[in-house]
This record gives sequence, C-alpha cells and structure tokens, in this order.
Amino acid sequence: MKTVPKHVLVAGGGVAGMEAAGALAEMGYRVTLVEKGDDPGGHLLQWHALFPDRRPADEVRSYLRKRAGHHNINIITRTTVEKVRHHPGGVRVILSGGTEEEADAVIVATGFDLFDAHRKEEYGYGIYDNVITSVDLEAMFNRGRLEKADGTVPSRIGLIHCVGSRDEKVNNNHCSKVCCVTAVKQAIEIRQMLPSCEVFCFYMDMRMYGPYYEELYRESQEVHNVNFIRGKVSEASVNINNRLVIKVEDTLAGRPLKMELDIMVLMVGMEMAESGAKLAEASGFRQGINRFLESGDHHYGNNLSGIKGVFYAGTCTAPMNITDTISHARAAVAETVRYLKA
Amino acid sequence: MNSDLFVIPFNLGLYFILIYSVVRSVAWFRSLSRPDKLRLQRGFFGRPFMDSLREIFMESLLHRKIFRKNPVLGYMHMSLAFGWFLLIVFGTIEADFFGEKHLNPPSHAIFFRWFNPEHGAEGLARIYNVWMDFLLAFILSGLLLAVIKRFTPRMMGMKKTTRHTWTDRLALTSLWLIFPSRLLAESFTCGAHGSGSFLTGNLGSALASFLPAAEIAPWFWWLYSISLGTFFFMLPISRYFHIPVELFLIFMRNSGITTGDRHSSYTEVQTHACSSCGVCISVCQMSYAAGINDIQSAYFIKGLRNDRDISAITANCLMCGRCEEVCPVGIELGPMRLIERRQGERADRTLSLPERYSVMRKRSVTEKVPTQSYGYLVREEPEKAEVLFFAGCMTHLTPSVIAAMKRIMESAGVKYRFMDEKGGVCCGRPLMLAGRDREARELINHNSDIIWKSGAKILVTSCPICYKVFRESYYLEATVMHHSEFINLLIEEGSLRLGYLHRKVVYHDPCELGRGSGIYEEPRAVISYVAELLEASQERSMSLCCGGSLGNLTLASGKKAMIAADAARILTMSSPDELITACPLCKKTFVQATKTKVSDIAELVAAALPAPSKRVARRRSARATVRANDAG
Amino acid sequence: MMSATGANKFGFAINRSRMIDYDSSDRKVREYITSREPSFRLCFACGGCTATCTAGQHTSFNLRRMNTYIRRGEIEPLREEVTRCMLCGKCLLVCPRGVNTRNVVAVAAEAIRKLERNEL
Repeated sequence: MKTVPKHVLVAGGGVAGMEAAGALAEMGYRVTLVEKGDDPGGHLLQWHALFPDRRPADEVRSYLRKRAGHHNINIITRTTVEKVRHHPGGVRVILSGGTEEEADAVIVATGFDLFDAHRKEEYGYGIYDNVITSVDLEAMFNRGRLEKADGTVPSRIGLIHCVGSRDEKVNNNHCSKVCCVTAVKQAIEIRQMLPSCEVFCFYMDMRMYGPYYEELYRESQEVHNVNFIRGKVSEASVNINNRLVIKVEDTLAGRPLKMELDIMVLMVGMEMAESGAKLAEASGFRQGINRFLESGDHHYGNNLSGIKGVFYAGTCTAPMNITDTISHARAAVAETVRYLKA
Repeated sequence: MNSDLFVIPFNLGLYFILIYSVVRSVAWFRSLSRPDKLRLQRGFFGRPFMDSLREIFMESLLHRKIFRKNPVLGYMHMSLAFGWFLLIVFGTIEADFFGEKHLNPPSHAIFFRWFNPEHGAEGLARIYNVWMDFLLAFILSGLLLAVIKRFTPRMMGMKKTTRHTWTDRLALTSLWLIFPSRLLAESFTCGAHGSGSFLTGNLGSALASFLPAAEIAPWFWWLYSISLGTFFFMLPISRYFHIPVELFLIFMRNSGITTGDRHSSYTEVQTHACSSCGVCISVCQMSYAAGINDIQSAYFIKGLRNDRDISAITANCLMCGRCEEVCPVGIELGPMRLIERRQGERADRTLSLPERYSVMRKRSVTEKVPTQSYGYLVREEPEKAEVLFFAGCMTHLTPSVIAAMKRIMESAGVKYRFMDEKGGVCCGRPLMLAGRDREARELINHNSDIIWKSGAKILVTSCPICYKVFRESYYLEATVMHHSEFINLLIEEGSLRLGYLHRKVVYHDPCELGRGSGIYEEPRAVISYVAELLEASQERSMSLCCGGSLGNLTLASGKKAMIAADAARILTMSSPDELITACPLCKKTFVQATKTKVSDIAELVAAALPAPSKRVARRRSARATVRANDAG
Repeated sequence: MMSATGANKFGFAINRSRMIDYDSSDRKVREYITSREPSFRLCFACGGCTATCTAGQHTSFNLRRMNTYIRRGEIEPLREEVTRCMLCGKCLLVCPRGVNTRNVVAVAAEAIRKLERNEL
C-alpha cells in the first residue's frame, strides 16, 4: 500500500531553509519552501566570496539551488509565514495574504536581518559618501571595482568591527560571530585588489573561533600586511579635503588616535529578522534577551521550538556562519523526521 | 471649681505658636542677605504686599492651583483652609457682636458655644447660627476626604501619598480631632440647652435623647481644646508648619527674592513651606516610569528639613523641572537641589560634635585641593565671524544635525564660523548640574574668551544644554540662539527657501530648552512651516524628559531606558511619521527607545530645502577632491 | 647607563612601578567605586570613551586607562587623572556596555578625597 508522503513547510528560503528543504525532499517528503524575497538564496545572494578560504560564493549558491530544485519541493516566493499553530492533525500555517496551508511539520528558518547602519549615526552612514557597509563592499567586489563615491581610487580603507553588535546603545548585546573573520577576509581582498591601499581593522576583540580563521588572521598580517588597531571607533567626521576622519583610542598604546580614511567599512552584525520576530510573536515562540528564538535546550534540543511539529533551523536561533547553518539545518531535518515517524 | 479650665491647653498652644512665629520670622529676616532684606522691606510697603494678600487668598486659602490639577484634592484643601479661616473670622465676629463685651480673648471666640450655651434662639443670631453650622459642616466634609485620601490615595486620583514621621502623625491626629470634637462639644452643649442650628442642634438633641448631655459636654470641650493646643505645639516640628511658613514665603517671593546659589533663610523658608502634598511625586517620571519612589522633591525637601544625609536623593534626579512646574507652593526645587549638590557630602550625623569639628578641620585642608582643574587648556585665537556656530559635545555624535545645520546656513547665505568643528571645550553646564560651579567657571572663561575674540554678533548652538548656560552664566555681547530660534529667524527674514514636507510630526520639548529656557514657540513655528505638527498629550511646560538627562549622575542606563521608552510611547501615541526634537541628547536617547523615526528640527528643515540633484552633488565633491589633491 | 645602585638609592619605587603587584594593591578604592557605581564592572576596555572624550583632546585624560588602574588597585596615577574630566557626558552616549561613565569619574574623585582624609 502506497502512503501519501508527509508534508513539511519550511519558513524562509535562505541557506538553512534551502538545505533543510533539500534534505527532506531527498528523503521523499513533500516540501513547501516559503521565501519572502523574489528568489531563494537569502543574504548569500549578496556575497562575492566566502571566508575562510575565499571560495566564490557562487559555488555554495549553486549547491543550494540544486538542493532546492528537487521535484518534491514547491517554492512559494514573495510570501511570508505569519503564524503557525499546532493542532492534533498537524500544523496550521497562515501565510501573508491570508492563505492557509496544512502541514505535518514546520521548520522555521527565517534567518537574520543585517543591522541597519543608519542607527549608528555617529559613524555617518547615509551622511558621508564614503561610509559603506560590509555588504556594500561585497557588492563592489562583485562589480570588480573598488572606488570612492567620486570614482577615485582609495589609498586607505578602515574596517570597523562590531557595528550593531556587542553594543548596548543599539540594544544588541550579542556578538554576531562572523564579522571579525569577514573583516579579515575583506581586508585581504582589498589588499589583493589594490596593493597600494592601506587597510586597517579596528576591533575590540578578534574572535577567530572557526577552523582556519586564526590561520586567515595570520595570513592577513604575514602576506597581506593588514593593520590591526584595538579600539572602538567613537565617531567619524569629514575634513576640509572631504576625507573621513575617525576618532578611536589605540587602547594598546593607551592614547587617542585620529586617522584619515578614504573609505570606512562598517562590519554590520546580525539581528533577529523582523519577519521572524513577527512570526514568533504571533505563534508564541519564545525569544531570548537578544531577541533570537529560544530553543528547547541550548545543548541537546537546539532545534526544538517547544511547540509540537515546529522546529528551528539556522540563524533564527543565533548568529552563525554558513557551515554551522547547514549543519543546524540538517539537525533540524533529523529532528523533524524523528517527529514525523513517531 | 472653675469649669473653664479646659481653655488652658488651647491658650498655651496659641500663645506658644504666636511667639514662636514672631521669633522665627525675625530670625529669618535677620539672616537674609542685605539686598534681600531691602527687597522685603520695600515689598512690604508697595504693590508686592497687595499681590501677596491676593495670592494668599487664592492659593493658601482657596488652593486654586491644586483645584485646577485635581478638583477633589482642591476641595479638600479649600474646605479645611478656607473653611477654618471663615470659622475663625465669623467666630470672632460672633463673639464680639453677640458676646457680653467687645474685644474678647481668642478663647471666647473659639469656645463661644460653651460660654453662651443658650445663644441663637431667635432673630439674627438664629440665622448666624445656621451659617456657623454650615461652615463646620463644610470643614468636616473636607476632613472626610482627607481621611479617605490617607487610607486610599488612589481614590483621590493620587498615585502616591507622602510618608509621615511620628511628629507628623501626632499633629495629623490632633488636627483630625479638632473639628469632630468641636462638633460633639457644641452638639452636647446645644443638646443640654436646646439650642443650636441644623447640625449641632439636631445632633445635640438626638444625643441628649439617650445620653446625659450636660455631663458629657465638658469632656469634649476638653478634647477640643487639647486637640487645638497639641496641634499648635506640634506645628513647628511637623509638616503642618508649612501653613504659616507659606504666608511668609509668599511675601518674600513677591518682594523679588529668589533662591540664588547658596543656602539662605529663603531656602529654609521654602523647605518649611512644603506641604508634602505629593503633587511632585505623581508627575515624576522616575517614579511612574522607572519605579524609583524615594527621591522625589517631597522627600528631598523633607530630608533637608530634618537635616538627614540626602546626598543620594540629591544626585538621583533628572533635573527635568516637571515637579517645580506643578508645585502648588512654588518652591524652586531645581535650584534647591543644585545648592545641595554644591554642598557635596554633608557632615556625618553619627559623629559627636567635637569629632565632626575635627573632620571639618581636616577637610578644609584637603578641600583646598581642587577636585577638577583645567589648567591644561590652551588659549585660542579664533577667526573673526558674524555668526559663530557651536555644535556642542553631544552634537558631534549626531553628525546629521551638524550636516543639516551646515546646509541650512549655506542655503541662507549665512557667513559663519564653526567654533568647535574640530571638537571644542565643554560649555560647563554638565559640571554645574553636578554641583561643580567653580570648576565650570574655568570652562566658561575659556569659551567666553573665544566667543569675545571672534567678535560674533550671534552665537548659535545646537545643544539646549549649552544654550541654557550660554544664556544664563556667560557674559557675552553676542546674542545666544538655539538653532531652532536661528532657523525661525532665517525663515522670518525670508532668507530660507523651503518646500513643504507631507509628513505628520510630533515635537518633543527638550527640558533645557522648554522648561529650562522658555523656548516653546520658535521650534513649533519652524516645524509648522515645513510639516504638519501634531499635538502631544504632554507638551510645553509639562513635556516629558527623554530620560537621557545629564542632570542625573547616578541613574543606571536600564532605568534611563525605561523612562525613554515610556516617554517615546506617550509622544508617538498619535502615530506620527517622525518624532522631532531639538536636542542631540534627546535624539540619541529616543532613537534607542522607539521604532518611529527620530530627527532633529534642523534635519527636518534641511529635508525641506530644495535638493541639489545627485549628479551635481557628486560632480561637486569630485571637483573638490581634485582641488584638494592638487593643493596637496 | 644609570647604575643599579643609583636606582636603588631612591628606594624600591622603580621596582614597584615596573610591575603591578596585585597582591599588595589597595582595593579600597575599587570596592568603594564598585559599590557606588556597579556598572563600573561592565567595562570591556574598548576605548570608545577615550576616543570621544572632550577633555582627552586637550590633555592626557584617559577614562579607559583610569578604569584599568582602579581595577588593578593602582591608585597613584588616579589622583591626577580624575581632576581633568569635564563631566560633559559624551562618553555616556558611546559606551557599548552602558557604563555610567560620568558617575565613575565623580565617584572616583570622591574616593580619592576620602582616601586622603582616611575616611575610606
């Protein structure tokens, strides 16, 4: 007797959502992948190359595209999941526009939002032309042209760590984990593109926790001559020559330091996605003090929502890199399958 | 046996309080500074005297201000104060008119019914009796409200009521007993003699119908007299001392005496004039938004009055000025707190007098070492300028405000110098708020020097904190303007071409600009010129503090955030597109507390400037860079 | 080169200044400040306060370093340091840890005064 395949709805078509959908489809489940943007792919769509090995982001993108292209997956774009509710027959899902879906299980993979750099007004994003974010820089790498707003070539670039992370003033006390290594990666890329351009990283702590990260840090110093200054930039202004001037304390020298920059790159951190927060509020998911979703257990129940048939995958629970996101998504799939078979 | 002995407690109390009042008033007068003495003397023979009498009638008797704020509370105060006043006045007339002789001692008026038990059977006296009974009923109705307020403050629309010391309690008990005991004393006497009007007469005959009224009556006359006597004796050491002191305060204030910057008999009078009514507590954001309930002005004043160590209370205040705005007695609470902050640590009350003296002596040696000193500041030689722009320390952390001001001034063709473009020296106000006036003076001198040398006619600042101190504590030739005033001036003289933004905005009055400096209209005129201004439920003189105030040295950031969130919630109730403020500190604080866009008034105006197209701007900055590179 | 004996003539001051002797350090000031301004403990030495400091543009005032001194029980350098702050409060708006920096300075100055009067 042939059974009807069970149906899993995945909320969010980023790295975690695509991996989870692909893994489930492969095992014969019917999957609906709901993505709020025009195409699945999430923040990865904006990236040029990935840390720590600087491989083209396209390689991971095409892997994920293939994964999500499985014939068992139905992708709905430009749609958000508004609310999920468990009932004895499964999980009722309400999508934006009011349509309802019935699923046997739901994987929440709503991901993160990038910190809006306008909120750190003292850094002048949106006020000064040459203040950009790490994402803007990545777009420049994609275009293959790294220049100032007026089209001239920069001779000094500063990368500011922890923008929107570890900062009580923007209500984010958490560390976004990936910005340090991203900064090092981008610093190397700048040096490779413009060998005459000086690069400075302004950091509070270098958190090189992943495999090959520390090696990348070392390489950036040894091979690429990237400079590191330990101090939090307090503010930026523009001088008479239209060059940015930043104020920072060189905490290791114990003295305030002033430096002119051509481009200042803000390493924007991760925040709980607004859409995910709305879903959480409507569905009664617990959010932690950092506003990310609070799982059933930090150690062994990291994918459990506490609501039957609803599982968490990826950066909706905490900032993480792509490697960890994919592992987390697979773990969510394992939990989902265990639930569906019980 | 002389049955009139019961008047003794009353007489003792009355003469005590009269003598005490005279002695105390003379002492206060003597310790006034010479100019203040002259003011008071001159005030006594001029218009201020009439003003004071009117104020005493309106505020001390009728309690008009409390009435406006809370009618029930106002009625309570009015019935007790005005009612009692009328009872005394008409009681005196009664004793004089209907008594055996004229010019009776006060006890004859107060205890008139005892001395004239049969009085009021017919004619005019009968009508007069109705009036006297009515007055007693009027007071008793207020007393009933007071009892209700004490036990259930919420019923009176009060969030909190003040806490009492034992002297307050004894005074309160005696005060509460005065009128019920008078009612019963008169009723029993009337009951025994078949006299009295609608209240005392009816109650009296009802009581006499089952009680030996004539025997009981003296007990209540004794109680009445003792209550009055006790109240008078307790008056100077309880909160009710405020009643006579407030009269003195009104005369002083109307004569033009102000708090100044050190303790004087005027601050002492203000301290004693506080009625602990608790209005300051209900408007305090620290209380209702941050749950801090022991630092409000009523407690501050009480600590001062009782000579307690109140350094923690003194420091923990936003200095927003809302309490001063509503204080029915008109105590200058802000300046009083600043004086206390200047005092620094008070002498340790647990030490004996000689010990305290030795500590003081030791201190006077070490106090000579300045706490702060800015000898490192180097004199500057500024360039000449018509208009000097001083952004202020905080504004350097809101570069969009600076960028907006630059665009506005350039667009209006203002020739200005940016005094602190590369960072300046603090204006001194934050030090003053911390009670460090002497140190602030060093910074004031430094900045004044630059401003004078620049030859500026107008000094524009973006920071209300700087604005207040520039206006009040700097001696300058230049006209000091907050940028909202300056923009208003530019609009009025037609030098700014502005479009209309189709935005609904709400305006937040920064404490130092609004209550602190009285600038309410100019910002509103500017905003209304470029956008639709919505009303806020709490604005102008009752506007809220953003919570980020530099006035509070000790408040933890979490508590500040609670105040900010509450204020932002109230301000954005009408769902405006933008929350507009005129202070970099308010902006920084609100950005963290609300999802509504927060902008400075300068940014709003800059947005209404005709925009240069993007391409032109880019070309212009490219040219500037080329020029700069050429120059380099 | 200065001889070792020359240096020793001036007591062991030079040796002491070379090294923070944590075990013999004076913790009273730190305890006083921590009890009156608990947020003092939150500093993670990012230097934001020092970068933005108004006084720091004119003199060597360094709040981040001052905090470190207090934590290590190094009181001597503190005496000068606390007198230079203008209490402008700019650092309050920068601190990513929400340290009540202004009050740290005020309380530190108070602690020093009390220390001099032997009241600590």
